[in-house]
Amino acid sequence: MISINDLKAEIDGKEILRGINLDVKAGEVHAIMGPNGSGKSTLASVLAGREDYEVTGGTVDFDGEDLLDMDPEERAREGLFLAFQYPVEIPGVSNMNFLKAALEEVHAHKNLDPLSAKDFLARVREKSALVELDSKLTNRSVNEGFSGGEKKRNEIFQMAMLEPKLAILDETDSGLDIDALRIVANGVNKLKSEKNATIVVTHYQRLLDYIVPDYVHVLYNGRIVKSGTKELALELEEKGYDWIKQEVDV
Amino acid sequence: MGYTEEDLKEDLKGKEYEFGFVTEIESDKAPKGLNEDIIRLISEKKNEPEWLLEFRLNAFEHWQTMTEPEWAHVKYPKPDFQDLHYYAAPKQKKQVESLDEIDPELRKTMDKLGISIEEQKRLSGVAVDFVMDSVSVATSFKDKLAELGIIFCSFSEAVQEHPELVRKHMGTVVPSTDNFYAALNSAVFTDGSFCYIPKGVKCPMELSTYFRINEANTGQFERTLVVADEGSYVSYLEGCTAPMRDENQLHAAVVELIALDDAEIKYSTVQNWYPGDENGKGGIYNFVTKRGICERNAKISWTQVETGSAVTWKYPSCILKGDNSVGEFYSVAVTNNYQQADTGTKMIHIGKNTNSTIISKGISAGKSQNSYRGLVKINKNAANARNFSQCDSLLMTDTSGAHTFPYIEIENSTAKVEHEATTSKIGEDQIFYCLQRGIDEEKAISLIVNGYAKEVLNKLPMEFAVEAQKLLAISLEGSVG
Repeated sequence: MISINDLKAEIDGKEILRGINLDVKAGEVHAIMGPNGSGKSTLASVLAGREDYEVTGGTVDFDGEDLLDMDPEERAREGLFLAFQYPVEIPGVSNMNFLKAALEEVHAHKNLDPLSAKDFLARVREKSALVELDSKLTNRSVNEGFSGGEKKRNEIFQMAMLEPKLAILDETDSGLDIDALRIVANGVNKLKSEKNATIVVTHYQRLLDYIVPDYVHVLYNGRIVKSGTKELALELEEKGYDWIKQEVDV
Repeated sequence: MGYTEEDLKEDLKGKEYEFGFVTEIESDKAPKGLNEDIIRLISEKKNEPEWLLEFRLNAFEHWQTMTEPEWAHVKYPKPDFQDLHYYAAPKQKKQVESLDEIDPELRKTMDKLGISIEEQKRLSGVAVDFVMDSVSVATSFKDKLAELGIIFCSFSEAVQEHPELVRKHMGTVVPSTDNFYAALNSAVFTDGSFCYIPKGVKCPMELSTYFRINEANTGQFERTLVVADEGSYVSYLEGCTAPMRDENQLHAAVVELIALDDAEIKYSTVQNWYPGDENGKGGIYNFVTKRGICERNAKISWTQVETGSAVTWKYPSCILKGDNSVGEFYSVAVTNNYQQADTGTKMIHIGKNTNSTIISKGISAGKSQNSYRGLVKINKNAANARNFSQCDSLLMTDTSGAHTFPYIEIENSTAKVEHEATTSKIGEDQIFYCLQRGIDEEKAISLIVNGYAKEVLNKLPMEFAVEAQKLLAISLEGSVG
């Protein structure tokens, strides 16, 4: 699905990613954990194509294509989805309109016929139920006046609508109470299939109680310094990140 | 079978295309310059009654004593008023009787915007009057409207056919001495539109006028007069376009609305005069005086989407004279490149329980300057007057400017006046969010801007709303920085 080789990136001349290597196959869930400032969100942003970051080295292969060569909108149309840590408000643009515009682009890109209004509405109903999103919210302006939990649910709703190949969840658990966390995680789990993959970026282990990863990677100082299975996450929860820092810094 | 009128039309249609109707359109122009003789010539060409000539000459006399206003937040070289043609009429005027025969270039423009005139014509809800340069060329649906007693025709025709109505109302809302450009217009106006809705009649279709400046070196000075008699209703649309030219052209119009007791006038404008090129060369100077008066229980709504013109100076206003009358102003003004706009409204509360609403949305891109200027005045007899004003500005670039100049004058202590203002910059975050969902930058900007302007766009009649949305997108192409 995605193969990241020695990826390096900087912002304002400061190197944040110092050679990331990661392979994610279809059907897999990978968790990326790490202390604050380790480069987790930067990795998510660089993969999505945010212009603030400059890629200074390495390659990323996305389903046989050179990801780094694509514009951000192309990456999205090819099936890369980023659930934002801080979803953005767009006043006056209804969620429905926004998603319709996005789906039209994705369909056009794949040479599919545009979704009919009827099919679109049916899909909205089906997918909003999946994340228990109030149907009123689908008609409101994108994220405007949404609570923190509603915003995150809306991200997963959009993901469900767009059916990406690779979903990157950037700190999706931040700011969620336990009920909202469960709902969001349920949504993600229901969307899992043999054909898609998920990268969960998180600081805490608790999200991984609900979205169970196949692999856990620890990011520190711009590099993946440790990889393992879900037990690694539990170990981190118990001991904190300091022992990893010590191991690496020695 | 003889040679029918239809055959004639067909023949003429072919001919006009043959001779290149658009680019080489021949016109009947008065010599450059402005003096009493030119005014007499215009009046004579139009076969006007003596009182109208008097009106013009009085205005001209007064205009000569006036100086061009400089208080607006705009900078431009002052036009040389002696270097303009004050009268230009397309020569084939008489032959153009069907909208199908009008300027293919304009129709191309309309097509690009998704509203061909043909389509407009077919939409049974819209009647169109079309003013090119100085002369009104065609009005559709006249007969249909006449059955209801509605008069909708060119201003010149109204002067000939309904002189008593024109004489009674013309200049009563915007006096010929009102301001520099209104005085100039009153002296040299050449055509425009006239509309009268009789007592108790609800006009069943949108009435629409398209203004177009075609000739080089001409000014366009049109007048619109809309009279809604007691208890009547009309929705009026106005569209404006001009070809691209290197020099600046002057457009100084006057619009007067009169809403008698219990009447309602909804006046919508989509202004797309040529704004000049990306270096600020050329474009229309749009200096327009628009004002309406409301009698008892009457209502006037101005809705405007302003994307064109190099310089705009325009304040569609309401005089709320009658008790319980209502005035509304909804505006979206977009400026890009080197455009400058100073626009807003005046709400003059005179009657008791009068109510006004102002929603203004400015969008500045490129190196443009966009100003809202508005006056809310509550006179001492206007007990319980209410006003709500909201002025928002959206900046697309660091090099553009947004300014708000609200003036509030209150002489009655029972008045309630609220003013809200915000300025925001279009977020790179918002654009990236759209990109990440597969929406490209141009569409993203269009979505964001249309969302921002939605409150105003929603006030436009359906056909116009679609045009306006596309216009906003076109005006802002590649404008984020």
